Amino acid sequence: MTTTEKVPTSAAARPVVQTGDRIFAGTAKGAGILILLVLAGVAVFLIAQAVPAFLASPADLPGGQNLVAYIGPLVFGTILAAVIALVIATPLAVSVALFITHYAPRRLAQGLGYMVDLLAAVPSIVYGLWGVAVLAPATLGLSDWLNRNLGWLPFFAGPVSVTGRTMLTVGVTLAVMILPIITAVAREVFLQTPTLHEEAALALGATRWEMIRMAVLPFGRSGVISGAMLGLGRALGETMAVAIILSASGAITFNLISSDNPSTIAGNIALQFPDSTGLAVNTLIASGLVLFVITLLVNAIARYIINRRREFSGAN
Amino acid sequence: MSIETERGLQESVADVESPLRMRGELPRWAPWALLVGSFVVVGGVLAATGFSVPLLVVLSAVLYAVATYVLSTVVEGRRKATDRLVTIVVTSAFLVALTPLVSVVITVVGNGLARFDAEFFNSSMRGIVGEGGGGYHAIIGTLLITGLAAVMSIPIGLLTAVYLVEYGKGRLARAITFFVDVMTGIPSIVAGLFAFALFALFFGPGVRLGFAGSVALSVLMIPVVVRSTEEMLKIVPNELREAAYALGTPKWRTIVKVVIPTSIAGIASGVTLAIARVIGETAPLLIVAGLTTGVNFNPFDGRMATLPVFAYISYAAPGVPREPYLDRAWTAALVLIIIVLVLNLVARLVARLFAPKTR
Repeated sequence: MTTTEKVPTSAAARPVVQTGDRIFAGTAKGAGILILLVLAGVAVFLIAQAVPAFLASPADLPGGQNLVAYIGPLVFGTILAAVIALVIATPLAVSVALFITHYAPRRLAQGLGYMVDLLAAVPSIVYGLWGVAVLAPATLGLSDWLNRNLGWLPFFAGPVSVTGRTMLTVGVTLAVMILPIITAVAREVFLQTPTLHEEAALALGATRWEMIRMAVLPFGRSGVISGAMLGLGRALGETMAVAIILSASGAITFNLISSDNPSTIAGNIALQFPDSTGLAVNTLIASGLVLFVITLLVNAIARYIINRRREFSGAN
Repeated sequence: MSIETERGLQESVADVESPLRMRGELPRWAPWALLVGSFVVVGGVLAATGFSVPLLVVLSAVLYAVATYVLSTVVEGRRKATDRLVTIVVTSAFLVALTPLVSVVITVVGNGLARFDAEFFNSSMRGIVGEGGGGYHAIIGTLLITGLAAVMSIPIGLLTAVYLVEYGKGRLARAITFFVDVMTGIPSIVAGLFAFALFALFFGPGVRLGFAGSVALSVLMIPVVVRSTEEMLKIVPNELREAAYALGTPKWRTIVKVVIPTSIAGIASGVTLAIARVIGETAPLLIVAGLTTGVNFNPFDGRMATLPVFAYISYAAPGVPREPYLDRAWTAALVLIIIVLVLNLVARLVARLFAPKTR
């Protein structure tokens, strides 16, 4: 590889390496390698525990059908909930990031940033309780209205749930939970916009919005995309909010406001695992493995976009 | 009237949008007047049809945005009007984003205060049916499990960050950086399944251990510690390192005596935030640590209660009557939120008060 190490030409030019140095460097390197091993271990142990479910005869699995028929609806529910959350959270997060970086009074900006970060600090169990106690009843009026006026769309076909424990509520709750992540990344890139570009746009007579559209948004686009993907990864894996709020029946449906909802992988594991034994556990772990692979892919793509941008941007 | 003549002039001269200064300008009080006006109009309409606060706020905001846009288009032109519209949209987006935070805090405090008493903090759920009882066992469990997770994660995370910043070059360092980033995104439930799979190998299926919960939390915590520590080590000025080398100090002593002490405030704050992040995790503990009714001080022996799991089970599977169980769930959530907020506050304070003076 193209490292910058130089090969010492003579023994005299070689730096003195003490034993302490060697031990310390070795320990530090060992810790790094340990992390790689842990990540590999996560994959290996999940696979090892999932294999019995792959090998078992379909009749023995929960649901009595094959593994794909069991996990399929869960994957659908997982992606549906995450996509709703993303659709709600991304525009909101970009606006919030813009507000903090370009609209809020300079003095307040940092404090406001902390407040958005606090949203991320609230534990997911609290969001779950809040979602079912406050948000679910609050969506009833909205779902009713959507059903009456937009009922021809498959999303709002009804019948309207009377508890509010719907996919829509889950999506909104997840949106609240991923909002701070997307905001943080977007804020970071918006702040990196070269000041000269912004000032040039303003000097040409652009209004503040035109300056943002011409200088800030194009510069921050890839940052926003990767932030959204990080949020997507978080939403895919979110467990407790879904487990508490959603009334799941396992149906594959796009209907967001009825009480017939597909469960999500993570929510299903949390609900079923404590009471499961034997092959049911292996099946749940197999579904967890699927979730692991999905989130790994989403996160890897997001990180790839961020890193590529970092190398090519003129910001540093 | 001068506005009218100017507009006529422009349209006759060219079809192009004019510089802003050629147009009139809304007086400074106009936005506020419009805002108050919108509230009054919407409030009046709603008072006639049926009043609700959320509807009032939403409709007033919409009316305010539309009115501002129209008025500004007429007086100032389309470009300025768009600018004003976007300002309103962005500001209301921020307010919308803060609504859940406020609502969560109000709800949890409102519902949690009912049982926020001494009994909650000094009694467990052993032998309790219905009223009374508390979360003492869960608080102990949360502190023990999170503490153990911190003990495991902090050295590993710190050393890895030192390796990445001070030693790491080439393929291994890049791989570690990439996978630490990827690890940040592991769903917490998957970490729980990993810990379960690992310990089921040794203790058989059906294993529930407090320590397994710590392992699961470490998987979630390590990448956060690495990331934040790395950022802090990177901003230590190179001059300090070079000064130490120039005095003949070996590299490892430079790191231990110069680099880490310089950045210790930032590192401590990052570690605190990492603890705050994992202390509220529910899913992995639900899977591997389970729940008991009594106090368990030994994380290597059997089930351990934790605050989030306690809150979840109390809510999801309450006894009869339901109210005492729900009250305890809310109080557990309140205690959890207080712990997390205090940790966040401590982290910010540490970072601010003990920041090194590099200049």
